[in-house]
Amino acid sequence: MIPAPPVNLAALAPTLVLLATAVLVLLLDLFPPRNDKTHLAVVSLAGVIGALLTALTRWGRDQRGFRDMVVLDNYALFIDVVICYAVALVILLSIDYLRREGVQTGEYYALVLFSASGMMLMASANDLVVVFLALELMSLCLYVLAGLFKQRLDAGEASLKYFLLGAFASSFLLYGIALTYGATGSTSFERIVAAASGPDRSVLFLVGLALMLVGFGFKISAAPFHMWAPDVYQGAPTSVTTLIATGSKAAGFAALMRLLLGALRGAQPDWGPLMWGLAVVTMTLGNVVAIAQSNLKRMLAYSSIAHVGYMMVGLVAGGTSGAGAILYYLFAYTFTVAGTFGVLTLCARAGEEAVEVEEYAGLGRRHPLLAGMLTLFLLSLIGIPPLAGFVGKFYLFGAAVQHGYLWLAVIAVLNSAIAAYYYLRVVVFMYMREPEAAGAQWTPSFAGGVALAVAAAGIVILGVMPAPFADLAQSAVATLVR
Amino acid sequence: MSTLWLIPALPLAGALINMVFGRLIGHRAHWIAVPALAGSFLASCSVFAAVSGGGSFTSTAFRWIVAGDFEAAVTAHVDPLTGVMLLVVTGVGTLIHLYSVGYMHHDPGYARFFAYLNLFVFSMTMLVLAGNFLLLYVFWEAVGLCSYLLIGFWYTRTSAADAGKKAFIVNRVGDFGFGLGVMWLWTALGTLDYAGVFAGAETLPQATATGIALLLFMGACGKSAQLPLHVWLPDAMEGPTPVSALIHAATMVTAGVYMVARSHVLFERSGVALDVVAWVGTATALFAATVGLMQTDIKRVLAYSTVSQLGYMFAAVGLGAYAAGIFHLVTHAFFKALLFLGAGSVIHGLSGEQDLRKMGGLAPRMVITTITMTIGAAGLAGVPGLAGFFSKDEILHAAFTNHRRLLWALLLVGAFMTAFYTFRLLFLTFFGEPRMSKEVAHHIHESPPSMTLPLLVLAILTVVAGWAVGIPSDQGTRFARFLAPVFPPAEGGHDGVAGIMLVILSVVVVAAGVVLAWYMHMTTPVRPETIGQPRTPLHALLLNAWYVDRLYDRVLVRPFFAVYAFCARFDLRVIDGLVNLTGRLVQMWSFGSRRVQTGYVVNYALTMLAGAVMLVGFLLAR
Repeated sequence: MIPAPPVNLAALAPTLVLLATAVLVLLLDLFPPRNDKTHLAVVSLAGVIGALLTALTRWGRDQRGFRDMVVLDNYALFIDVVICYAVALVILLSIDYLRREGVQTGEYYALVLFSASGMMLMASANDLVVVFLALELMSLCLYVLAGLFKQRLDAGEASLKYFLLGAFASSFLLYGIALTYGATGSTSFERIVAAASGPDRSVLFLVGLALMLVGFGFKISAAPFHMWAPDVYQGAPTSVTTLIATGSKAAGFAALMRLLLGALRGAQPDWGPLMWGLAVVTMTLGNVVAIAQSNLKRMLAYSSIAHVGYMMVGLVAGGTSGAGAILYYLFAYTFTVAGTFGVLTLCARAGEEAVEVEEYAGLGRRHPLLAGMLTLFLLSLIGIPPLAGFVGKFYLFGAAVQHGYLWLAVIAVLNSAIAAYYYLRVVVFMYMREPEAAGAQWTPSFAGGVALAVAAAGIVILGVMPAPFADLAQSAVATLVR
Repeated sequence: MSTLWLIPALPLAGALINMVFGRLIGHRAHWIAVPALAGSFLASCSVFAAVSGGGSFTSTAFRWIVAGDFEAAVTAHVDPLTGVMLLVVTGVGTLIHLYSVGYMHHDPGYARFFAYLNLFVFSMTMLVLAGNFLLLYVFWEAVGLCSYLLIGFWYTRTSAADAGKKAFIVNRVGDFGFGLGVMWLWTALGTLDYAGVFAGAETLPQATATGIALLLFMGACGKSAQLPLHVWLPDAMEGPTPVSALIHAATMVTAGVYMVARSHVLFERSGVALDVVAWVGTATALFAATVGLMQTDIKRVLAYSTVSQLGYMFAAVGLGAYAAGIFHLVTHAFFKALLFLGAGSVIHGLSGEQDLRKMGGLAPRMVITTITMTIGAAGLAGVPGLAGFFSKDEILHAAFTNHRRLLWALLLVGAFMTAFYTFRLLFLTFFGEPRMSKEVAHHIHESPPSMTLPLLVLAILTVVAGWAVGIPSDQGTRFARFLAPVFPPAEGGHDGVAGIMLVILSVVVVAAGVVLAWYMHMTTPVRPETIGQPRTPLHALLLNAWYVDRLYDRVLVRPFFAVYAFCARFDLRVIDGLVNLTGRLVQMWSFGSRRVQTGYVVNYALTMLAGAVMLVGFLLAR
């Protein structure tokens, strides 16, 4: 008789809350009203807050389930909290955005929640198979969401490109997992640790590692696996872009960190130099190409590539300080990016999304508060104190210096200087250029205003009093890095 | 203690609300700003009560910066000294906020004004509460910023914008030293917490202590307008009068005195630094008093007087009479705020006139202003029975009993001049024949109650403060006993014939100053064309504030401009050329690499494949 595997649903608690809410949203969608889905947004938001509270109450009490394939440790909980914030902000931004675009579908919120549950599962995954499963759960929903505006050509293009390349990347990942299984005899992170710690590693193992990195590189949009990002960011509905830029990135990093800093820490001499190179290429490419963009969504796509490069600096540095810095950075970055994209989401010109930088000329005079907030977000992206972005970079580059990667830190700092150019250009347009006949206008939205206020408050609080959050991040990675 | 953090939090909240929603709030801004400050004052009272027994405590809001060995927390250190400072800042601040409701009534930037004013009080309370030198430094800069914003409040006026810039730049000089001092402190002791620093100060080599203390004092010279960095304060009078009263008389400019008193352990370890403080203070007191004798602008007289009185406070702390210095700080806050607000009331009543030559005879038309301002002037001059008499006498006494007879004599001469210029101002403004134009005379009116009420309160404080806590005894004044847990007791009691003789002498000196002012301005009709005219070189010297501004212009500003001009040319042609070249190259690179992004999925997939091959190749090649 085959014994039933031990099931511990508590190890999935926040994920399950989201899944249940998603199912509830699908059911409610069957009932009227048909053309207004605000109530579904409210239900979804309640679910996300429920998941957030679930995650917060579990802090400090590790749970394992499904034969250790899933763990809910502080590390996973920290990522869960970040994802909850990201998803909550996305939902708040979506309500009036979807109304303006005339696309009111209930499955939107369900897909967002399903995708978010995939993200959370990635953070908890302690087995390569679960990682893959969670990744697909998250990605498939995002592919659909990217093409939500069916009638728009670029949305279809974005969705299809994202799907095709995503499938391509997934196959790399799966192949890598298979090879790793072949080399180590297990897909469980705990057993891989032992196999990866030996002095010599087989060809099979190394090829498997490389292929897995390709798959992850795609998800976090590291160069040279980043090429989908600009097209998808530009074509997808802006609220979905926000989710891709925040939640899916956090989830990708969560799994990658558990794999590299946890399971494969013994193989650091192999992947360390590789990551070093990828980090430099990623941040430099992102920053340099961002300069040439006039479409803000595209510019932010390249900017997000650059920020991935910065976070990879933390991976290279490793240790509690490096991993903790990445967690802090993800938290700060989520607020900053959600805020930036939030402004883009809710700014329109003549009913069309306003995405060209020229359309933001004179915003400072038309909407001083909005322009002020966007300035705040952009300054945080540059890394100006006392905002969250500065502290995040400080911790990341500080960790690199601490672990002896001085040149990597120097390159990263130089990159930050390049980045100031294209962020500040937007500020210049907002305040110092005369507005065109019809510039971007704010779509009146209470929920959107709340989202922007939360994001702004988040980056100010994280920037002014970073130590408590940095301590939390460090304690969260303590079990991971050991 | 939870009420503690309300003290800075309420003004901060008020500032944020008025900043963000200022447009909507408009002329109702005071409904947010004034209650915020009143609440802050009440919270200060409760905190004051908690430490009035002589206790002290610290409260950490959150850990702030942690980087390697370095750690700084947002910590408040509360002891009797903090309590006194908090009461002055929020108490006088509340009165001045109330006054501003009437004074700034017609200003289009009403909400902005209250936002800045609240922001200032937030920064100033944080400066006073700060429990480590880093936090002190941060809010030291923050009050400077608020000062800059408020001096240049009427930024469309070139003179106001220039004055703001001057204040900021001159303060940079001092703050540069202050910053270096803080850094040196950290290098020497490895901590910036007050407790750690003052405990470790004894272990510092004397030279190090002197260096650190002098650098810190450099910051104090800038902030508190002491020689040679005093030049910004008279120009700062370009700001609205309530600002002059709050920031440039009662609170911010006294931050330097507070800082030196707070760090007295460091200064005492050095010894030399204390002497420097005493001498700089005395020199400034005397210098500014001489300049005050000749000024024709009512606010500039008060500004030089402030510089001079700050000199007295530094002289006191330099002599080790910390309690006397802080006592003078408190009484000065009362009567100088009163004088500024009274001057504002006069300016308000005269449709914006500030020239003493065009005033006179206002007494019957502005009764409350006249009475309260006379009390303020008597307080400043040191007329017996009023606050300034007690506090100034403490300082003179400390100088005398410490056997610093030269300092004492100089300060006594300063007291004579103080009495003279104060009563000169009073006589020229309120008494004698009216000298303003008919048009202006027609509009003279007493100010509204929101402005006269603060005047009355401050006048009462000026009368009672000395009697309440300033009467000397063998153990020092009540005020000094209250601060005894913070400061070591000053040497020398108030006993014997010498003490009484000293008091009588200073009364005589003050009376002489008052009588001379009366003789010169009241016995014969004032001829406005003779006032402020440089009839002798000495007059010209005093009228132009000893030509310090001109000296700085010749010796510092112009040579620097020559250097700047050269650097600017070099910068434009060489550095900018290089920078632009770099930028151009990056842009070319950027637009070039954009081409790689073809939009074809096949190309993207091929790139990924190439990347995968590279990754595998790299790993296997190792």
